[in-house]
Amino acid sequence: MKRLEDKVAIITGAARGIGFSIAEMLSKHGATSIIIDLNKEAVDAAVQQIDDLGNRAIGFIADVTNSDEVASIFKEIHKKFGKIDILINNAGITKDGLLMKMKESDWDAVMNVNLKGTFICTQKVCRYMMKSRSGVILNIASVVGIMGNAGQANYAASKGGIIALTKSSAKEFASRNIRVNAIAPGFIKTEMTDKLPQEVIDNYSDAIPLSRMGTAKDIANLCIFLASEEASYITGQTIQVDGGLIM
Amino acid sequence: MDIKTKVTNLIVEELGVEIGEVTLEASFIEDLGADSLDTVELIMKFEEEFDIDIADDDAEGLTTVGKAIEYLEKQLS
Ligand SMILES: NC(=O)c1ccc[n+]([C@@H]2O[C@H](COP(=O)([O-])OP(=O)(O)OC[C@H]3O[C@@H](n4cnc5c(N)ncnc54)[C@H](O)[C@@H]3O)[C@@H](O)[C@H]2O)c1
Repeated sequence: MKRLEDKVAIITGAARGIGFSIAEMLSKHGATSIIIDLNKEAVDAAVQQIDDLGNRAIGFIADVTNSDEVASIFKEIHKKFGKIDILINNAGITKDGLLMKMKESDWDAVMNVNLKGTFICTQKVCRYMMKSRSGVILNIASVVGIMGNAGQANYAASKGGIIALTKSSAKEFASRNIRVNAIAPGFIKTEMTDKLPQEVIDNYSDAIPLSRMGTAKDIANLCIFLASEEASYITGQTIQVDGGLIM
Repeated sequence: MDIKTKVTNLIVEELGVEIGEVTLEASFIEDLGADSLDTVELIMKFEEEFDIDIADDDAEGLTTVGKAIEYLEKQLS
């Protein structure tokens, strides 16, 4: 039997990048991945790609900051499958800039998607997980949320917030057998980081003991473990996947 | 089945208490051993069973069996 056979997993922001990699890997291990993202074409293409491998995925279009949208989609998913086993809060954005020049709108946008979106999806899914007395929630934070980063005050605050949210929800839901953990990726090669100048990438790589960027698969592999029964005694933790960048 | 019976059954099922304990005066938390998450779940059960939305402000006041029954009877009449 596959490790996540028959599990129903929702992954937000999964049309591309790390989220897609997580969805692909969960499906490979037997789960049905429910891909949630903003753009219909991108979602359809992502679902198709998993389908082509003979694994299960379906897609929904939603903005994680819209609680009505999220609630009604989760309801539909629950109706269709009778349960929701796994939620991966991965949708995230950056709007970088020095604090002295940061627009309030850029602060708000990042806080809304990264932190409030995670709160909304957690609240809406726990309705079902509480009832079934089981569930796994994984929140994608960032090492920047632990160490801070010049030029990313909004992003760092949102990711630090996710870590605190993870601990609080782990405590609130432990009695219902719902485990909540955070994953803090370091420097991962995706479209988000492809935007960066080569010089910045080189500088970063020099600071990483394993002296290379990570891949989306490195994150997905940890998700498989944390979502499985093998991690049944782990909750409230933030696990770094960063090549040793910070210790 | 009337509202009172339905509510009583839901409470017995949700909180795992004896039917005799579910008196009108019984407080969910103090007498029926509910924790705060149980009370959230109970409200969700009422919403489902009776197909209504219970506002958070209203839910806060529903601390005893009697108050819940009274509230639901009013909402559903
Ligand atoms: N790439 C890295 O180096 C790195 C490092 C640390 C943490 N992370 C985190 O990993 C997660 C994924 O990052 P990525 O690099 O794959 O980014 P990405 O930009 O490639 O993908 C993010 C996805 O989220 C979607 N999204 C954005 N806002 C949304 C919303 N409101 N509702 C629904 N979907 C929305 C986007 O459409 C996109 O498909 C993010 O939370 C990011 O902060 C990435």
